[in-house]
This record gives sequence, C-alpha cells and structure tokens, in this order.
Amino acid sequence: MKLSEFIEKLSEVLEIEDREINPTDIFRDYDEWDSLAYLSVIAYLDEEFDIQIEEAEFKKLITVEDLYNITVK
Amino acid sequence: MSYLTFTGVGITALSAAVPKRVIKNYEYTEFFPADEVKEVVDKIGVFERRFVDEETCSSDLCYAAAEKLILDNKVDRSEIDLLVFISQTPDYRMPATSVILQHRLGLPNTTIAFDINLGCSAFIYGMSIVYSMMQNSGLRNALILDGETRSKVYSAKDRRTAFIFGDAGVAALVERNKKFGESVFSMNSDGSRENLIKINAGGYRNPSTPETLKEKVVDEYGNIRSEEHGYMNGGDVFTFVNREVPLDIKNTLNYAKKDKDSFDYIIFHQANNFINSHVARKLKLDINKIPSTIEKYGNTSSVSVPLTIVSELKNKMAGDKSLMLSAFGVGMTWATAIVPFVDLNISDIVEV
Repeated sequence: MKLSEFIEKLSEVLEIEDREINPTDIFRDYDEWDSLAYLSVIAYLDEEFDIQIEEAEFKKLITVEDLYNITVK
Repeated sequence: MSYLTFTGVGITALSAAVPKRVIKNYEYTEFFPADEVKEVVDKIGVFERRFVDEETCSSDLCYAAAEKLILDNKVDRSEIDLLVFISQTPDYRMPATSVILQHRLGLPNTTIAFDINLGCSAFIYGMSIVYSMMQNSGLRNALILDGETRSKVYSAKDRRTAFIFGDAGVAALVERNKKFGESVFSMNSDGSRENLIKINAGGYRNPSTPETLKEKVVDEYGNIRSEEHGYMNGGDVFTFVNREVPLDIKNTLNYAKKDKDSFDYIIFHQANNFINSHVARKLKLDINKIPSTIEKYGNTSSVSVPLTIVSELKNKMAGDKSLMLSAFGVGMTWATAIVPFVDLNISDIVEV
C-alpha cells in the first residue's frame, strides 16, 4: 500500500474528516486520539496487514509515517 | 498441540440464572461523562448487564440454575456422582464452593465435588474434564455449575473495565449416552501473559493489606482502582486473541476434519462486540450462526458460552446439532471445542 492510500485509510479509521493528515504528524496529539482510537488502529493493522502489535512496541511509534513503515517492512 | 476426543458423552440439559438488577450502561454515568460513556458503550456493544447485590454470590446463581435444571428434567439427586463448580469468584478461599453446593443441593456424600479456577475459557476446560471422568462407567450423572460475579471484581472508576462485565450462573447436566458422536477439545495456556488480566493483590504472593485496598489513579487517563481490583490491558488482550484464537480454531477444524461452515451454531466467549466481530470477520464466519448476548448480559467470563446457548438457542436445539465453542481470557488460556448436542433441553432463565 502506498503512503497516500494509507493516510486516507487512517483518516477513516480515526474519523478525521475536516483536515489533511501529514506523514510527519504526531498522531497522539490528534484530538481524535484516545484509547478507543488506539483499538481501532490496531484492529485496522490486523485486518488489513495481518500485523499484531503489542502496546510496548506500539509506544515506540510516534508519527503517521512510523505507523506506515511497519506495514511495508 | 493437545487435543482430547470423546464419544458417547454429552450435555443433555442446560439452565441459567441471572440477577434481577439490570445495569443500563448508557446510564452508568456516576464516574464518567455521558458522552464519553456512550462512545465506549457503542464500541464494546454492551448495553445492559446484570449485577448481584452485596449478599449474593456466584454459588447462589448456580444454586438457582441447578434447582431449575433438576426440577425441569426430573433429575434424581441420588444419581449425581460428580459436581464441578467453575468460578474465580468463589464463596470462600476455603473450603471449595462445590462442596458447599453438594450439601445445599441435597446431593449424596458419595458425590465427587471439586472447583475449577481458570477464567473465561473454563467452561470448555470443565466440559473436557467432566467428559473425561464420565468415560468411566462407575459414574452415573454429572453436574457442571459455572458462576461468576465479576461486578465485584472490577472498579467502577476504571473505564477500561467498568462497562464490560456482568454476573450470571449456569448448570449443565452431563450424561453418558450412545447417541452422542465425537467431541473434540483443544486447550492452551500462556503464562507469560499473566499480566494482561489480573488481580494483583489479595492472594498469597501479595497478601491483602490496608495499602492494597487503597484506590489510586493508575494511568494517564485518570482511571482509578485498587490492587485488589481486577485490571485488563484491553489492547494487548485484543492483539493476543487475534493472533491465537483464529489459529487454534483453524488447527482444531483440521484435526477434527470439519469445515467452518458445517456447524449449526458457533458460540464465542462474549468478551465484547469489538473483539468478537473482528475475530468472526477474520475467520470469514457466517454471522447468522453466531448468537450473541453481549448486548444484554455483558461479559460474564466463563459463564458466557453456556449462558448464550441458554438465552439464544432455546427451542432451536431439537434433534442433532453440531456446535463449535471458542473461549479465551485471563491466564492467558484459550480453548476450542467441537461438540454434538442431541435434543438439548434448555430451561427458561431464572432471575434471582
């Protein structure tokens, strides 16, 4: 999946409709980010990429691009 | 890989008891704002659950379910040779609650009675133990009683667990009969995940002290609980379940040479709707075959699998039925079972 497509999907998962997401964004700073958003993101990673990531690993991811990078490893 | 198979033994009757007191989750707003509660409740799909009062224990729910079962099926108490009580919320730390129930139910002193403490997958584990013992012709009938009062385990001020759990008890009659075909059980454990769901204090590793009973803020979200409340790392439980449960189901289907679409019903542990619907999607299961009680009884731990059968399959179990059961939870432990039912007799749910 291309970065642009990933960003589009991530907007849907996080229910961000009113603005652009950038690869350098720190996703935890989003108003939409909370423990439920976290669940939605790990569910998306599992469903789309068959990636099961634990909290300790997830905490190391900071930007939208970090998130994307684990899907193309 | 550990599989157990049995033939000629099965559950012939099931009953359940739930507390009268209904907790409506949208209105469970004492500690959190209503809009935040709604968001959580919609995500987990638990709209109502039942809570016991202070005096009522898991065993009281099981007692009510067992009396109903015995009455409805005209069970001869003197022929119950085995009673297994499954719970992580027993009456006392000792003696075993099963023994108290043996006396309370008027069963003979020749009844074998013991408890199983395991958590959400325990009904499947318990079935396998009872089916195994029932291979011995020296035993006539067996009772599995499974009850939980998780309302007493978790903090109402910890949003990670405050809206999920409910209380219930079930009774199952197990008999030996040639009409039952093969049942297959797969059971697993991973103690390296002991910290995902836990009550840290109050046992013998960390005994109860005034300090362990103190409520504290435990995370950056402001959740509050004591060391003697249960806690759950929901994210990592989700990740773990998504890795292990579909795999165990696939392996068990292969071992039993069954197709995922061959079952009349598939019963999942009612963890929460988010996790259950995700697993069902991942396995491409027919959702019309997956009854759910998460919306009205919440997560009742080990009780949720049999409770869902009692609640949703009454009048649907005449004749030969093949069910797949799947449960997972604290430990971690997880289990899959493929079990035949023949004319399963289901009682009406008792309210206590």
